[in-house]
Amino acid sequence: MIGELGQVSLCFALALSLVMAAAGLMGTQAPNAVARKLASSSAMGLLVFVGLAFGVLTYAFVVSDFSVLLVASHSHTLKPLVYKISGVWGNHEGSMLLWVLVLSLYAAMVAGLKRGGERLTSGALGMQGLLAAAFLLFILFTSNPFLRLDPTPFEGAGLTPLLQDPGLAMHPPMLYAGYVGLSAAFSYAAAALLVGEEGWARAARPFMLIAWIALTSGIALGSWWAYYELGWGGFWAWDPVENASLMPWLIATALLHSALATEKSGAFRTWTLLLAIAGFSLSLIGTFLVRSGVLSSVHAFASDPTRGFFIMVLIALAIGGALALFAWRAPTLQGGAAFAPVSRESALVLNNVFLVASCACVFVGTLYPLVLDAINGTKITVGPPYYALTFAPIFFALLVLVPFGPALGWKRGDLKAAWRSLYPALGLAAVAAIAILAIVSPRGLAATGAFAVAGWLIGASLLDIRKRRGARASAFAAALAHAGLGISLMGVAGTTAWRSEALAVLAPGQTMTVGPYTLRFDGVTEEKGPNYFADRAHIALMDGSRVKAMLLPEHRFYPAEGQDMNDTAIRTTGLRDLYLALGDDRGGGRFALRAYVSPLAPLIWLGGLVMALGGILSFWGRVRVKEAEPAAPAVALAAE
Amino acid sequence: MNAKKKRRLAFAAALVLAGAGVAGVIVYGLGQNTMYFRSPSDVAAKMVGEGVAFRLGGLVEKGSLQHGAGAQVHFRVTDGNSSVSADYNGVLPALFREGQGVVATGRMDARGIFIANEVLAKHDEKYMPPEVVDALKRSGRWKEGSQ
Repeated sequence: MIGELGQVSLCFALALSLVMAAAGLMGTQAPNAVARKLASSSAMGLLVFVGLAFGVLTYAFVVSDFSVLLVASHSHTLKPLVYKISGVWGNHEGSMLLWVLVLSLYAAMVAGLKRGGERLTSGALGMQGLLAAAFLLFILFTSNPFLRLDPTPFEGAGLTPLLQDPGLAMHPPMLYAGYVGLSAAFSYAAAALLVGEEGWARAARPFMLIAWIALTSGIALGSWWAYYELGWGGFWAWDPVENASLMPWLIATALLHSALATEKSGAFRTWTLLLAIAGFSLSLIGTFLVRSGVLSSVHAFASDPTRGFFIMVLIALAIGGALALFAWRAPTLQGGAAFAPVSRESALVLNNVFLVASCACVFVGTLYPLVLDAINGTKITVGPPYYALTFAPIFFALLVLVPFGPALGWKRGDLKAAWRSLYPALGLAAVAAIAILAIVSPRGLAATGAFAVAGWLIGASLLDIRKRRGARASAFAAALAHAGLGISLMGVAGTTAWRSEALAVLAPGQTMTVGPYTLRFDGVTEEKGPNYFADRAHIALMDGSRVKAMLLPEHRFYPAEGQDMNDTAIRTTGLRDLYLALGDDRGGGRFALRAYVSPLAPLIWLGGLVMALGGILSFWGRVRVKEAEPAAPAVALAAE
Repeated sequence: MNAKKKRRLAFAAALVLAGAGVAGVIVYGLGQNTMYFRSPSDVAAKMVGEGVAFRLGGLVEKGSLQHGAGAQVHFRVTDGNSSVSADYNGVLPALFREGQGVVATGRMDARGIFIANEVLAKHDEKYMPPEVVDALKRSGRWKEGSQ
C-alpha cells in the first residue's frame, strides 16, 4: 500500500505546484495580497508532499519492498543499509524525485526567508511553481518511481556496483543542491524582469552562494570518486557528464562576481539577469545530457526517447520563455552605473568575459559530437587535447588576473598601487617557479608556469587576508576561494607533470618498482563481501627488506548484478598518492598490476574544499551580520 | 557624454574581438582534436590513415585473445564482415571478454595493426556501447533484442 501513498503525494504536490505557479504570478500585481499568501503556503505544502513521496520511496528501499518495480530493479536485500538509502537516487526515477525535492526545498526557503519585496518574492515563487509542476509532470508521466510489480519477486536486481560507494551517497545530492539552487536565482531573475524591482540580486544572493558551494563540493567529490573508483588514476576525463556539471559552475562563478557588482554599485544590471538565466539553463541542459540517455556513461541510467523528448521540450520552454521575457522587459530596466576603465568593476568584467569564454569552449566541445551525430550520423569524440588547447589557456589567463580584482577599488581603482601591493605575491610566484626549476625534475614549462601562478594566487590571497585583519568572517571569503584555486592548480599541475606509472604482470614473490616505491606481490586470496566475491591482492610496500605497509587492491564480482569492478588501494602521505589497481588474471597465479605515483594529487580536492569553505564563510558572515545590524551595511561588508 | 560613448564603443569592439578570438580557437581546436569512431569494415575500406588517432569498436573475436610478454595482449576486433588485429600493452578492463563489445582508442601502424593506447572499460555485462551497436547494425550482424 505504501507505494500508493507516494503516488497520491506526488499528485497532491503537482496540484499544489500549479496553485503556487498561478498564485505566485498573480501576486506580482500589487493588490493581490491573498494570492501572495496562497503562493507562500503552497510552497510549504509542496515541500511536505514531495518530502512525503521521497520518504515513502526511501522506506520502500530500506525495507526492500519489491512490490515497487523501482526497488525490485535497483535494490537487493543483501545490500548494506547506506547503499539501500543512496540507491533511492542511484537510478533515473529516484534521482528525478530528488531533483524535485531539492527544488521544493528551495521554493520553501524563498517563501520562508522572504528576501526582497513582496511582489518579487511572489514572482519567484510563481516561477519555482512552474518548474516544479513541469518536473512533477515529467515524473508522473515518464518516470514514475511508484510503479507496481506483480507478482512480487523474492529478490531485487541490485544496484550497479560502481554506485555502491560512499561517494555516491553524497555526490548526487550535492550536485543537485547546486543545479537546482541556480533555479532560485533563475526564478528571482525572471521575477525581477516581471515586476521590474531592483534588489533582486541581493535577494537571490544566498541561493547563488548555496548553489555555488554545493556545485563546487559536488564537482570535487565527483572528481575524487572517479579518481579512486574507476581505476585509471585520473581525476578529470572531460567526459560530457563531467562537463555538464562544470558549465553551470563556470556560469555560477561568473554570476556570483557579477551579482556582487550589481549589488554593490548597480553595475551590469541586465548582464547579471542574463547570467542567472544562463546558469540554470545550463543546469537543465546538464540534466538533459545526463538523464536522457543521449550519452552513454555511468551516469546514464536509462535511454527512453520519450524522456529525452520531454526534457528537451521543458528546456526549450524554460530557456526560450526566460530569454523572451528578458528581451521584452530588460530594455525597461535602468542602465548600469558608470565606472572607470581601471576599477573593481572592470576587473569583474574581465572575470566574466574569461569565465563565459571558457564555458563556451566546454559547451561546444560537449555538444558538437551530439549535433554532428544528429545531423549526419558521424560519430566523433572530442578528447582532452581539445580542452588543453581551448579551455586551459583561457582559464589560465583568468587565474593570472584574479589577484588584481580584490586589489582594485570600486568605481575607480589605482592600477599602480594595486601592482605595488601585489609585489610580495609576485615574489612568492618567482620563488615557486625557481624552486620548480632548481629542485624538481622533469621541469616542464607548463608545470613551472602553473606553480608560479599558484604562488601568485596564494600570495595575493595571504596579502588580502592580512589587509583585512580583524574584519568580519565574510570579508575573507574571496581570499579563501582564490587561494583554493591556487591549491587545486598545484595539485593538477603536480599530478599532470610528475605522475609515474608502472604496469607489470607479477607472479607471487615478484617485485615491481614505481617512482620511489618497491612493491612485492604476495599473491591473491579469495574473499567474500556482504554482496560480492573478491580477488584480493596482497601487495607489500617494501622498505629495503622490511615490509612497511600492506596494500590490498581488489577485483570484485557482484553476482546479483552480474558485474565486475575494481577496488583500488591508495596510500597517501597527503602530498603524494601511491595508487594500485588489480588487473586481469593472466593464469598460473600471475596477475596484472597497475601502479601510479601521483604527486600532489590530494591538493586537487583540498583546493575544492578550501574554495567551498570560502563560499560558506561569506554566507555565514552575512547571516551573523544581519542579526546584529540592519541589512544594508551587512550586504556592503559581505560584498567587499 | 562623447567620451562615454567612445568608451562604450571601444568596450564593444574589444568584446567582439575577444569573441572572435575564442571562436577561432574553438574551431581550430575542434579541427585538430576530434576522434572519429570507425568499425573494422571502415578500416578495411581504408577510411583510416596510418597514424591517425581514432576509436575502433566492435566485438572481440572469439578465440583471438593472446597474452604476450609482460602486459602485452593481442586480440582481434570484428563486426562480422571484417576484423582488425589489435595490440595493447596494459590492463584489460574487468569485463573484457571474447565475443563481447569493445571500444578502443589508438592508431593503425604501418603493418596494419591497431595499436591501442586505451581499451574502454565496460561495467555491465548487459551494456553494449551504442557505437558498437551501430557498427554491428551497419554490417548487418545486429539482431534486435539479442543483447
